[in-house]
Amino acid sequence: MSNSTLYYIPEPSHWPIVGSVGLFTTLIGAALMMLDSAVGTWLLAAGILIVVLMMFGWFGTVISESESETYNAQVDLSFRWGMFWFIFSEVMFFAAFFGALYYARQYSLPWLGGEGPGILTNTYLWEGYEALWPYTANGPGEIGGAFTHMGAWGLPAINTLVLLTSGGTVTWAHHALKAGHRGQLIAGLFLTVALGFLFIGLQAYEYMHAFTDLNLNLGSGIYGSTFFMLTGFHGLHVTIGAIILTVVLFRCISGHFTPNRHFAFEAAAWYWHFVDVVWLGLFVFVYWL
Amino acid sequence: MSEIAAAHDDHHDYHPSGLWRWVTTTNHKDIGTLYLWLAMIMFFIGGAMALVIRTELFSPGLQFVDPQFFNSMTTLHALVMIFGVVMPAFTGLANWQIPLMVGATDMALPRLNNWSFWILPFAFAMLLSTMFMDGGGPAGGWTLYPPLTLQTGNALPFVIFSIHFMGMSSIMGAINIIATIVNMRAPGMHMMKMPLFVWTWLITAFLLIAVMPVLAGGVTMLLTDKFFGTSFFNAAGGGDPVMFQHIFWFFGHPEVYILILPSFGVVSSILPTFSRKPLFGYSSMVYATASIAFLSFVVWAHHMFTVGMPLAGELFFMFATMLIAVPTGVKVFNWVATMWRGSMTFETPMLFAIGFIIMFTIGGLSGLMLAIVPADFQYHDSYFVVAHFHYVLVPGSIFAIMAAVYYWLPKWTGNHYPERLGKWHFWLSTIFVNLTFFPMHFVGLAGMPRRIPDYALQFADYNMLASIGAFGFGFAQLLFLYIVVVTIRGGEKATDQVWEGAEGLEWTLPSPPPYHSFTTPPVVR
Repeated sequence: MSNSTLYYIPEPSHWPIVGSVGLFTTLIGAALMMLDSAVGTWLLAAGILIVVLMMFGWFGTVISESESETYNAQVDLSFRWGMFWFIFSEVMFFAAFFGALYYARQYSLPWLGGEGPGILTNTYLWEGYEALWPYTANGPGEIGGAFTHMGAWGLPAINTLVLLTSGGTVTWAHHALKAGHRGQLIAGLFLTVALGFLFIGLQAYEYMHAFTDLNLNLGSGIYGSTFFMLTGFHGLHVTIGAIILTVVLFRCISGHFTPNRHFAFEAAAWYWHFVDVVWLGLFVFVYWL
Repeated sequence: MSEIAAAHDDHHDYHPSGLWRWVTTTNHKDIGTLYLWLAMIMFFIGGAMALVIRTELFSPGLQFVDPQFFNSMTTLHALVMIFGVVMPAFTGLANWQIPLMVGATDMALPRLNNWSFWILPFAFAMLLSTMFMDGGGPAGGWTLYPPLTLQTGNALPFVIFSIHFMGMSSIMGAINIIATIVNMRAPGMHMMKMPLFVWTWLITAFLLIAVMPVLAGGVTMLLTDKFFGTSFFNAAGGGDPVMFQHIFWFFGHPEVYILILPSFGVVSSILPTFSRKPLFGYSSMVYATASIAFLSFVVWAHHMFTVGMPLAGELFFMFATMLIAVPTGVKVFNWVATMWRGSMTFETPMLFAIGFIIMFTIGGLSGLMLAIVPADFQYHDSYFVVAHFHYVLVPGSIFAIMAAVYYWLPKWTGNHYPERLGKWHFWLSTIFVNLTFFPMHFVGLAGMPRRIPDYALQFADYNMLASIGAFGFGFAQLLFLYIVVVTIRGGEKATDQVWEGAEGLEWTLPSPPPYHSFTTPPVVR
C-alpha cells in the first residue's frame, strides 16, 4: 500500500461496457417499440435487465470497496463533486420542461389568442379562439377534446405535505446517523421511503383520475403535454430517489456507515431534497398558478 | 473486485492485454487515446460526408446524389463533426493533459471516465446506422427543427436516442473533469496558477453540464410530439414550433463555446512556449473566458433573428451578442502581445496556433456581421453563415486540436514527429481550407442559400473552387494520419521538456510519462 494514502486508482472494470451494451439494447428496443416492431419490447426488457445487472455489479463493487475502507478523503470529495454536478445536470433537464411551460403560458398561447403580434394569426387562422390558461390550454385545435384541468388543493396539496414531511424525516435520520443512534436512523429512513412510495401511489391515483374522469392525458394539447411530462419525469425521479433510499436503508440495517463517513446516505438525501424542490416548483406553476 | 483493488499497488502498471485492456481501462492516458482515435476515425467519416456534399456542389444541377440524401449528408456531417470529432477530441486532450497539468495521478472518477468514452462508439453506431433505414437518415438539418424533422422516417427515434447517448457521455465526462480540477490539484497549484488549458476546460465542463440536459429535454419533446401525441411544437395544440428553436439554441449557443473554449486553452499553452515568454495577461484570460461563458447563455436568439421576435428581443440579443466581441478581443490582444518581441520559432504546433489566431479572428469578425439584426436578415441561412461557422470550427477548433496533437505528441509517445511533414501538413491545410471556405463568403453575400443541392449558374465558379479546396483539405489530412502513426511507431527521441521554452508540470515527467502520472503529488511553488 505504498501510495494508497495519497491516491486511489481503481482496477480496470468491465461494468461500464456492460452498462453501454445495456443502454444500447434498451434504446434500440424503445425505438423499435415506437416504430411498432414486435422485437422492441423484448429488446427493451433485455436492455433494462442488463442495466439493472450493471447497477448491482457496479454499485456492489463501490459499496464493498467503501466498506473495506479503500477510499480516502480525496475520493470521498470527488464523489461529492460528482453527485453535486449530476444533480445540477438534472436541474437543467427539468429547466427545459419548465421553460416550455413558461413559454407556452407567456407567449405561444396568448399569441394564438390574438395578443400583441398574434393578432393576425388569431384573425386569419384561429378566429374566435380565446387563450385562457388552463381552460382552453389544449390550443385552438382543441387537441384531445374537452378536458378538466387538475386542481391544486386536493391530492396535489396532500402530496406536497407528504414530500415535505419526507424531507423532514430524512433530515431526522441524518441527525440520528451523525449522533450514532442507529434505531432512529433506520426509523427515519424507513418513514422517508414509505412516504416516498406513498407519494408515488397517490400520483398514480391522480393519473388514473385524470385519464378516466377528467379526459386529461398526454394528448390534451400543451396543457396535457407540460402537465404529464413535468409530473411524469418528476414521478420517475421520485421513484429513482425512493429506490436509492431503499438501498441506503438496507445498508443502514446491515450496519454500514459511520457518524463521520456516510457519503452514500448524504448523496441519497441530496437527491431527495432535489426532487422535493422540483415538486415545489411543480406545485406552484403546474397545479396552483 | 475489491480484493484486487486493495492488492493492486504492488504492481500498479498492471492491466489486461489486448482489446480487453482498452475496453476495461480506468487509466486517463488510455481513455484519452481512445477518445482521440475515435475523433480521428469520425473525422474521416464526417469528412467523407463533406466531400459528398462538395462533389454534388462542384457544378450546378443535380448529378451525383438525390436531394434527400444530400440533405442527410449535411445533417449527419454536422452531427458527426460536432459530437463525434471536436467534442471527443477535446475530451481526449483533457483526459491526457489535465492530470499531467495539475499534478494528479489520474482523473478523479476513473471508472466513470471509462463509461463516458465507451458510450460513444454505441452512440455513433446508432447515429450512422440511420443512413440505411427506411426513409433515409435525418435530413432536416442538425438543428432538428420541427415540423420538418418530425417528417423523418424510421430514423427519428434512433437519431434522438443517439443524441441522448452523446449527451450522457458529455455530462459524465464533464463531471469528471470538474471533479479532477477542483479536487486533484497538487499542493500549491492554486486556481490562478492553473494552466489556461485547465481553466478553459473547467469552464467548458460547466457549460456542458448546464446545456446538454436542455438539449436532451428538447429532443425528448420532439420524440413525444411524434410518438405520444404531445403538442409542444404544434400550434393547434397551443404549442409553437419556434419554442423548439429557443430550447435548441439555449443549448446551441453555449455549445459553440464548448467547441471553441478548449482551443483558447491550447493556443494559450503553445504560444508562450514558442515565443519563449510567459502568457501576456494570464488573469485577464481567465476572466475573459468566464465572461464569454456567461454571455453565451444570453445570446441564443441571434440564431433566429428572422423567425419573428418582438423588437425588444431582437435588440437585446443583438447587443448581447456584440458584447462577446469584448472578451474575445481581450484574448486575441493577449495572444498577439504574448508573441510581441518574443524569441519566436515556428515549429508545427506554433504554425497551427498562429493560423488559428488569424483565421479564427476572420470567423469572429464575420460573426459580428451576422450579429447585426438588419444585416442578418440578408445573411441568414446563406453560404455566408456556412463560411462563418466553418472559419471558427475548421481553422479554429480543428486547427487547435491539431496544434495540440503536434505539441503534446512527443510527450505522449516519447518521439518527435517528422517536422518537415508537419509543416507540409500545416501549409496544405491552410491553403486548402481558405480555398474551400473563403469563396463561400462571396456566394453567400450574393444570395446562395445553404443546405441546397443545386444552385444558380452565377455561383458556379466559386463553388468549383470550394470543391477543389475541400478535396485538397481532405486528402491533406491523410498526411496527418500518417504523421501520427509514424510518430507512435518511432522517431527521434524527445527529452522530458520536449520544447526548449516549455513550462509546466507535464514537462517534468519523462516522455512518455509513466502509466500513473504523478504517484506522489509534486509541489508547485
